[in-house]
Amino acid sequence: MDDARARTGSGPGEPVAHDSAALHVAGTALYIDDLPVPEGTLAAWCVPSPKAHARIVSIDLSAARAAPGVAAVIAAGDVPGRNDVGPIFKGEPFLAENVVEYIGQPVVAIAAESVAQARAAGRLVRIVYEDLPAILTIEDALAKGSFVAKPYVMQRGDAPAALARAPRRLKGTFRNGAQDHFYLEGHIALAVPQEADGMAVWSSTQHPTEVQKMVARALDLPASAVTCEVRRMGGGFGGKETQPAIIACIAAVLARHAGRPVKYRLDRDDDFMITGKRHDFLVRYDVGFDEAGRLLALDIAFAARAGHVADLSTSIVERALFHAANAYHVPDMRAVGHACKTHTQSNTAFRGFGGPQGVLAAEHVIDRVARAVGRDPLDVRRLNFFGASPRDETHYGQRTTDFVADRIVSELAADVGYEQRRRAIDAFNAASPILKKGMALTPVMFGVSFTAIQFNQAGALVHVYTDGSIALNHAGTEMGQGLHTKVRQIVAGEFGVPDATVRIAATNTARVPNTSATAASAGSDMNGKAAQAAARAIKARIADFLAGEYRTSVDEVGFAAGEVRIGAQRLPFRDAVQKAYAARVQLSATGFYSTPKVHFDRARAWGRPFYYFAYGAAYAEATIDTLTGEYAIDRVELLHDVGRSLNPAIDLGQVEGAFVQGLGWLTSEEIVFDAGGRLTTHAPSTYKIPVARDLPRDFRARLWTGGENREDAIYRSKAVGEPPLMLATSVFLALQDAVEAAVPGKGAQIDAPATPERVLMAIEAAR
Amino acid sequence: MVDTIRFLLGDQPVALSDVDPTTTVLEWLRASAGRTGTKEGCAEGDCGACTVVLTEPDGAGGLACRTVNSCIQFVATLDGTQLLTVEDLKRGDTLHPVQQAMVDAHASQCGFCTPGFVMSLYQLYRTYPDGGPPARETLDRALAGNLCRCTGYRPILEAAERMLASPRVRETDAAEAKAVAALEGLRRKTGLAYRDRFFAPLNLAELAALLQAHPDARLLSGGTDLGLEVTKAHRTIGKIIYLGRVAELRAIVRTNTHLEIGAAATWRETVPALLADWPALDELFARFAGPPVRNAGTIGGNVANASPIGDSPPVLLALDAEIDLFGAAGMRRLQLADFFLDYRKTALAPGEAVARVRIPLPAKGRRLRAYKVSKRHDDDISAVCGVFALTVENGRVSNARVAFGGMAAIPKRAAACEAALEGRPWTLATAEAAAAVLRRDFSPIGDMRASAAYRTKVASNLLLRFWHETEGRAATRAVHYG
Repeated sequence: MDDARARTGSGPGEPVAHDSAALHVAGTALYIDDLPVPEGTLAAWCVPSPKAHARIVSIDLSAARAAPGVAAVIAAGDVPGRNDVGPIFKGEPFLAENVVEYIGQPVVAIAAESVAQARAAGRLVRIVYEDLPAILTIEDALAKGSFVAKPYVMQRGDAPAALARAPRRLKGTFRNGAQDHFYLEGHIALAVPQEADGMAVWSSTQHPTEVQKMVARALDLPASAVTCEVRRMGGGFGGKETQPAIIACIAAVLARHAGRPVKYRLDRDDDFMITGKRHDFLVRYDVGFDEAGRLLALDIAFAARAGHVADLSTSIVERALFHAANAYHVPDMRAVGHACKTHTQSNTAFRGFGGPQGVLAAEHVIDRVARAVGRDPLDVRRLNFFGASPRDETHYGQRTTDFVADRIVSELAADVGYEQRRRAIDAFNAASPILKKGMALTPVMFGVSFTAIQFNQAGALVHVYTDGSIALNHAGTEMGQGLHTKVRQIVAGEFGVPDATVRIAATNTARVPNTSATAASAGSDMNGKAAQAAARAIKARIADFLAGEYRTSVDEVGFAAGEVRIGAQRLPFRDAVQKAYAARVQLSATGFYSTPKVHFDRARAWGRPFYYFAYGAAYAEATIDTLTGEYAIDRVELLHDVGRSLNPAIDLGQVEGAFVQGLGWLTSEEIVFDAGGRLTTHAPSTYKIPVARDLPRDFRARLWTGGENREDAIYRSKAVGEPPLMLATSVFLALQDAVEAAVPGKGAQIDAPATPERVLMAIEAAR
Repeated sequence: MVDTIRFLLGDQPVALSDVDPTTTVLEWLRASAGRTGTKEGCAEGDCGACTVVLTEPDGAGGLACRTVNSCIQFVATLDGTQLLTVEDLKRGDTLHPVQQAMVDAHASQCGFCTPGFVMSLYQLYRTYPDGGPPARETLDRALAGNLCRCTGYRPILEAAERMLASPRVRETDAAEAKAVAALEGLRRKTGLAYRDRFFAPLNLAELAALLQAHPDARLLSGGTDLGLEVTKAHRTIGKIIYLGRVAELRAIVRTNTHLEIGAAATWRETVPALLADWPALDELFARFAGPPVRNAGTIGGNVANASPIGDSPPVLLALDAEIDLFGAAGMRRLQLADFFLDYRKTALAPGEAVARVRIPLPAKGRRLRAYKVSKRHDDDISAVCGVFALTVENGRVSNARVAFGGMAAIPKRAAACEAALEGRPWTLATAEAAAAVLRRDFSPIGDMRASAAYRTKVASNLLLRFWHETEGRAATRAVHYG
């Protein structure tokens, strides 16, 4: 254990514990299902569609309405406002309307005294369906031209022409699997009717404003009549960015009909069956290169399973395109994205938001190129890194002025003794007929900002009370990532008081309005700056007042160590606050931040969509058993760039946690549908996220100390939520390397996730 | 007269008389006891967010403690035990050393899985022998039943090391004696009979009477399968006879010829007895569910539910186990191979319960390996489970047992494969020939765990692995469980 992490400091840069850690371990941190509910609160359950695609001929609710304990039974026609939770496009119903489009889709919602009674009533609902043809795979959607939106193209130069000229050329197909978020706390909403038709909603959501907006729309109310609050989520990972609106709208409409509060909590099976996952992709590419492995042209097409509606799929596909070259310069490049409509759950945001799929595809391609030219993949990676002009421009027009992937990769390669490890592994493989080892060292370059520019804004509201205590409200939500802890450190640091002086309030749309989702890794960047602005506004007023009182200049007023310094004088912070209050100085302020410099011309697919890039690199070693395909990840070393860390303990936790989540995505986590489109992996008994043993025995992770953010992000830190997930690419490619060692030169390829079955069958197919 | 379900919640006595006996412990804690610290993550005993600790007198004046998944335990099974939840650990404002270690190691992020981890670590804290720091293997095994989606586990492992690094704070003898006395006070003279729904006989005589009186009752032991009928299939269960208190069914006896394991002995109790004679089974049983499930689940349940993917039946088949069935008419004995009739169908008659499993003690020189192949190493259900037992005399295979799970509608021996081994020299060529014959024994299905082709290939290759391992010819294991 690094001694630095054991220090108990305060303020930005210190490795302080998560603000709720003591509550987490005692079981006293309250999640929505733990909140005391008003008397008479009902429980909800939804009747799911048993069909992947069918027309609803008739619905008979009479028996269900008469069932014991039932207070409300509703279908699409009972929604008073709009039955639509589409975040970008219209027409995304939360209760099936006329047709059902996936197995598990809520068709009828029931509120009863207990969940058991709601379920029992659900069995009495009679729905007649008429089957319609279902599209269940990406291939089928591509063949039938089934999309949720038009294809999107990003390009620079003339890829087809450059391909035609290239000395070497390789075509291929690569797939990655979907991934369930598996936040430990499933979706939940509690809707409590208020006076004058208002509705208060507690929702496990990363996006309270979206829930507020959608509930208002569903109830035909102005947004001002609806509040949404969340203190914390039991994990989000993107799964609670848009889809909480489905749950909240159902709860709210039921509450409206019953005239009573309604809690709608999805159990694990329902959560899997109703909500979307990380998009699985089918990637086809045509790459041109020279004999050294230098990339000359890349024509790459990404097709994602969007599911039955668009949700955020177009933006997710777009981010896959942005990351389709990862950290490499490709002179002539075309990337095309398709968001395929299928009759399955609507896939949604998941940590990385399409970026991981883009990075994984890029790393797969470069791995194939390296093998084609007979060079070590790391050499080919280094050969192709972004560099000085003109090799500093991405295929969407952004200059990579802050590029440090080369430095991080060099540092890590030296750390692990890359060449030595390669020789050791080659020697092992030569002597071992059944077990084979592989290794890989891969970089990550991830663009930070919402690519929909308007979301790059945040607000905060800070109150200083007369006893010197401080209440902090901001637009961000806490899902475990430590955002509240970091923003508290920033505000405490501004006022020069211990962190404990600042109390973090639940995120509430009535206190900070028009918020963006806590997403895109931008939570600390944006909310930290907004909260800092609010704190500084209050400080300026206090300083201004004290400077007048003490007949000095505001420059002579400072806030540190629990005191306010005015020239040579010192006042306890609390006394200064009381003086200011007595003099009628406003001790409350809002703060606002909008990310500078970002712009993107969507029609031309050209601009500067990212404020900056976050970088990292990972080294992985794996051993596979060629009799069963089982494997061990023997060693992993991570080196990740967070700029100047706001909280090294929390940042390291994000790096390690994201890596293991990525490891799960690429190894044991497999989403499987049966031939009829029914999801057959819908609980931890069938869907396997990593457990403790899956953390490699030799696992080292550290934050890169080689630089700070070149942009003026909060305290020169960098976003950390998503980028390190892609460090797990190293594990996948180490497994690919081991497969290559088992059947050298046969072009054996594994798709993701690399389950033992895929590993074995790739070897068998090549034999 | 309505009997009551009596237990301790922390140090407070509880008597329940109006609760549905199939209410889960978790549901009761959260909805009725006001304890919301324990969480529901899956309601099937796979994620561990609901982990609690149960203690019972250990018969030596102390308390035996074990973790269980409160999400699938019926509240009526608490009768006579002490239930400890995450709320019981703090003393005043002071965190328990387990909790403090979790804070110090930054081991919680979203916090939702944390109470479950705290309870699994608390169990380790109470039971870890004094001495050196825990091996990573020890921690991996202790935490195999708990899922965390945020941290990636490194800080949780660090917390476990930290909590064991400082001198441990034990319950005082006085506090422990008080709990033992309170639990002794709850000890019954005759079995619990709760609302004509839930019966917990204490001995075979009581069980016989109940089986006769209620032939329609469902038999419950660990509840790790039956519990899911309530929490996952949302079915109502009528009468239940709980076998977990029948003294004779909990006994594990080693005779001169057999190891006899009572059907209601938990895996926690059974595994050490098995490993004493068959150490090669260590890996399989380390990977068999997670600790909270093994602490509740029983050998009787694993055999009687006749799942084609249970991990103990292939082992028991390869070991030539017998099974004793108990009913009002007394005991009868079957070869285990004759017990499994068809998919989830057994020779068990109505009014009959599995009483014990008898395994002949191993002959000298018997070679045994049990292999489990699954997507995840720990706490996963087998795609294929293959067990191989073989005796080589004068260079030839004199007796072979090959049994598989996941390859047919029932756990099944591979007759053709066994025949292809017996009488032949134990060579790679023999193993390869016998592996090829497996295709005659099985035509497995494909499902979300594995394709039929993969199952077939792996089953064959496991026999080759067995040869390589027993002949020591080449390293075959990528993952090590030591």
